[in-house]
Amino acid sequence: MKEKLTSLWQKLFGDSVRAFGVVSLVFLGSLAIAPAKNFFSEWRHYQHGYLKMIRNRSDANTLERHFQDGIQQIWLPELGVVDRCTSCHVGLKEASLTDVSTQPFRTHPPIPHKLDQFGCTVCHRGQGAATTVSEAHSSTLAWEQPILPAKYIESSCGECHRGPLPGTPQLNQGRNLLSREGCVHCHTVKLSDGTTMKATDDPPSLSHIGDKTTREWVYAWLKDPQAYSATSTMPNFQLSDDAARDISAFLIANSTPVAGDTAALSAKASADPPAGASLYGESFCASCHAVQNAAGNMVGGDVGPELTRVGSKVKTEWLQAWLKNPRTYDPGTAMPHYRLSDPQVATLSGFLLGKTDSDLLAKVHLDAAAPEQITHGKRLVSDYGCASCHEIAGIKKPENFAPELSRIGSKPVTQLVFLPGSQHTLPDYIATKIKQPRSFGQGLKMPQYTFTPAQIDSLTTALLSLNDRSNTLPSSLAVAATRESDYQPAGKAGKLMTDLACFSCHRINGHGGDMAPDLTWEGSSVQRPWLVDFLKNPGTLRPSLIRRMPRFNFTDGEVNELTDYMMTVYQNPAVDRESMPLSGYSQGEIDLGKQLFYGKYACQGCHIVDTKTDKGYIGPTLTHVGSRLTAAWIYQWLKNPQTLRPGTGEPNRAMSDEDARALTAFLISQKGGAKQEVAKK
Amino acid sequence: MTQRCYALSLVGTAAPGCAPRRSPAIAFAVLAIILSLSCSRQTANSPNLKPTAFGAAIVESSGGKQTAQTGSLLPQPVVVQVNDEQGTAVAGAPVEFSPAPGVVFDPPGGFSDSSGQVTTNVSLGGMAGRYQIVAFTTNKSHTKVGVKIEEIALGYQQTLGRHLNDQYCERCHNPESTVERVSNYDNLEVKPHPFSEGDTLNKMSDADLTAIISHGGPALNRSALMPAWGNTLSKSDVQALISYIRAVSDPPFRSAGPVYAKD
Repeated sequence: MKEKLTSLWQKLFGDSVRAFGVVSLVFLGSLAIAPAKNFFSEWRHYQHGYLKMIRNRSDANTLERHFQDGIQQIWLPELGVVDRCTSCHVGLKEASLTDVSTQPFRTHPPIPHKLDQFGCTVCHRGQGAATTVSEAHSSTLAWEQPILPAKYIESSCGECHRGPLPGTPQLNQGRNLLSREGCVHCHTVKLSDGTTMKATDDPPSLSHIGDKTTREWVYAWLKDPQAYSATSTMPNFQLSDDAARDISAFLIANSTPVAGDTAALSAKASADPPAGASLYGESFCASCHAVQNAAGNMVGGDVGPELTRVGSKVKTEWLQAWLKNPRTYDPGTAMPHYRLSDPQVATLSGFLLGKTDSDLLAKVHLDAAAPEQITHGKRLVSDYGCASCHEIAGIKKPENFAPELSRIGSKPVTQLVFLPGSQHTLPDYIATKIKQPRSFGQGLKMPQYTFTPAQIDSLTTALLSLNDRSNTLPSSLAVAATRESDYQPAGKAGKLMTDLACFSCHRINGHGGDMAPDLTWEGSSVQRPWLVDFLKNPGTLRPSLIRRMPRFNFTDGEVNELTDYMMTVYQNPAVDRESMPLSGYSQGEIDLGKQLFYGKYACQGCHIVDTKTDKGYIGPTLTHVGSRLTAAWIYQWLKNPQTLRPGTGEPNRAMSDEDARALTAFLISQKGGAKQEVAKK
Repeated sequence: MTQRCYALSLVGTAAPGCAPRRSPAIAFAVLAIILSLSCSRQTANSPNLKPTAFGAAIVESSGGKQTAQTGSLLPQPVVVQVNDEQGTAVAGAPVEFSPAPGVVFDPPGGFSDSSGQVTTNVSLGGMAGRYQIVAFTTNKSHTKVGVKIEEIALGYQQTLGRHLNDQYCERCHNPESTVERVSNYDNLEVKPHPFSEGDTLNKMSDADLTAIISHGGPALNRSALMPAWGNTLSKSDVQALISYIRAVSDPPFRSAGPVYAKD
C-alpha cells in the first residue's frame, strides 16, 4: 500500500516538470468549475426545456424570435425591483401559450399592468435577484419573504391602490372589515397618505347604560355577546364569571341618567302583536334592523343592531323614550327621529318588548355589587381597553392600546412567535392570530372574534398590504382613494336632515350611506310637487326593492323646509331645469318616442310604462315619470346616465339628440293617467 | 418541540452576515430542517381512528360547480355522502379527498357522520381554470370508489368580469331570484342565455360576444331587449366579461382548457 502511494507520488510529482504539469492541470480543472456551474444551472435547463416545448408548435417561429437566451432581468430602480424571474418563466409575455399549463412556461394571465413596468416581485414577492428555484421562491437564510400564496395576492394591489378596486374583492372586504369590525379602535393603522384608518362601526357609549338595560343583561352580554345577537361585532373577551360580574357592577354603578331619557309616556306599552308588526313593517325598521326568523335566517339590514331578543335587553321606559327621539340618548345615532305619536310608540315598544329569549338571562343571578367588586370592575375595564371602543364616563380612551399595524406586512419573521404546528410564514401568523388570538399565550387581551375563514383571509390580505413598500412608495406611484367627505348640509334644513339621519341611507356630495339613492343632484332631477308628496307619503319606485324609505310624520313646515333646500341646493350644473318644458310636446314627437321606447331601445326590458303589457323589473317604474322627473334631467340621463350617476345600471346608448328629445317627450307624457297636455300642431 | 426547532433555525438565519461562521450556520440549518421534518412527522401521526363501516358508493351532496378566486376558499363547503348498495347513508365510513395541484382541503378527509356525510372547506389553487377534485371512500372489498367534483377558479380578469356581471348582466341573465336580487329573467319575452349555458355560448366566438355586448342583440340579429353596452363598458371590461362567461360555461369552453386533475 505504502509503496503504491510512493510510486504514485513519484509519478505525479517526481520531478519539477511533472509537478508543474499536474498543478497546472489541477488549476485548469478548478478554473472550469465556474463555467460548468453556469452551464448546468437551473435556468439554462428550463430555457432548454422551453425551446424543446415550443419546437413542435405551429407558432414556433414567432416564439423562437421572442426568446432571448441567458439570464433576463427587469430592473426598476424606482420600485427597488431587480427581477430575474423571466430567466426561467420564459413564456410570461406570450399570449399564445394559454394552453400551456406546465410551469415555468405558462403565460401570465391578463392583468392591467405590464411586466416591464412593474416586474414580478412587486406583486408576488420572493427574491427577484435569485437565479435558483429554491432561492427565488422560498424563504432562505438571506431572504425572508417567500412567494406570496395566491390567496393573498391582492394585498400587493393594495400597496399602491389605496381605494377599492373592482378586481380585488378580497382586499376591499378586508379593508372594510378592519374599519367595520373595529380593529382600528385598538390598533393604529397609519396610511401612507398621512391619514389614520378610521373605524366605521359606532360602539355605543356606556356612560348611561343603566338607563337602557339591566346589570344581568350586561353580564350575559359580556360572557357571550353572540348568544344575544349572532350578528354582533362585539368580540368575546372570554371573561371569567367573576370578571363579568365585576365589570357589569362597575358599568351600572358608573352610569349616570340622561335627562328625559326615561320620560313616562301617556300611553302604556300595549301588547298588540298584529298592530305592532304592521307598524314595524310600515316604518321599514327591517331596512336597518335584522330579526332572526324561525328558520334561523336573518331578515333585515345590518345598519342597526339585531332585534331578535331586544325584549330581554332594554327597559320599557328607555325604549319608549328612544322611539320618541333617539337623539336624546345618543346625539350621533344613525337612527332617524321618526316623529311617532304616543300611541304608535306604545304599540311599537309593546311589539319589540315581546321579542324575548327566556334562556338568555335564566342562569344569571347577581347579588348586589360590593364596593370592592366595583373597583375591581373598573380596573378590568381599563385593563381590557373597553374605552378604546366605548365611551365610558371617568375612563380615558387609551392611546396605543394595541400594537400599531401600519407596517405589519413587513414584520420580520424572526420577531414572531408561532404556534406549534403552524407554518413559519407571516401570512400564516397573521391568519392564526386573527383566528385564535388567545392561544398565543396566557394573559393576552385580544378578544375572540367570530370571523368566517373567508373573512380571515380577507383581513390577512388587507394587513399584508400594509408594509414597507406601501409606506415608502413614491407619491407618483400611489393611487389615492376617494375619501369620504365630511359634507354637512347647512341651516335649518341641515339640522332637520341630521335629525332624520338622512345620511344613514342616502349619499350626498360624497358623504353618507349607500342603501338609498344618491341625492346630490336631486334638485335637478325631480319636480317639486312630487318631492313634497313623496316626503309626506313615500312609495317605492322600484318594485323589486325590499328596503324602502320610511314614512316620517312630517309637519307641512318641515316638508317645505326640506323641499326648498333640496330643490335649491342639490342642483347639477349641467342640467338646466328650465331648459325643457314639462308639457307641450307634439303628438308626433311623443309617438316617435313611444316607438323608440318599445322598438329601437327596448326599454320595456327593464322599465314599466304600461302596467298591462310591460314587465321590466330592474329600473324604476315609469308610469308616473312625467310627474316625477324634470324633462331636462330625463334628456341628460338618456344622453349619458353615467355622468349623472356613476355606476348606474342604465346603459349609455349614445342616443342622437333627436332620439333623446323624442323619448323625453314620450316619458314626460307619462303622468299616470292624469290628463295629458298635448300641443296641437 | 416545534418551538425548539424554531429556535435552531433562528440561529441559522442570524448567521449569514458573518462569513467565517457560515458552515456551523449551515449545519444548524440542516439540523433544524431535519428536526422540523421529524416534528411535522410527529404531528402528522395523530392517532388514526379506524373506520366503523364501509359504503358502496360516494355521491356529491353539495358544493360542486362553485366559483372562487384563485387560491381562495370556496363560498360553500363541499359535502359528499357515502351510501351503501341500497342508496342509504352509511355512517363511519372513511372518506379522503385527493388533492389537485394547489388545492387545500380542511379537513383532508374523515369519517362520515350520522347522515353519511363528510364536509370539507376547499381552497383552490393559484391558477385560474377548472379544478377536478376527487372524493374517495373505501368499500367492503377494500377498493377505492370515488366521485369527481368540479370547481372553478377565477383569475384577475374573470374576477373583474364577475364584478361587471353582478352590476350589469346578472339581473336578466341569471334566472335565479334571491331576496336581495329579484331576477328579471321571467319578465323578458325573449329569454336571455344564462352564462353557464355552454351549449349555446361556446358556439359563439369572442368576436361574436364582443359584438353582441358592445352593440346589443340586433348586431347579431338577436333580441333588441339586449341593449348595447359599448358606451358604458370599456373594451377591457368587455374582455373581462367574456373571460368570465368562458370561465363559468358548462360544458366547459374549448375542450376544458387546462384541467388540473390528479388522474
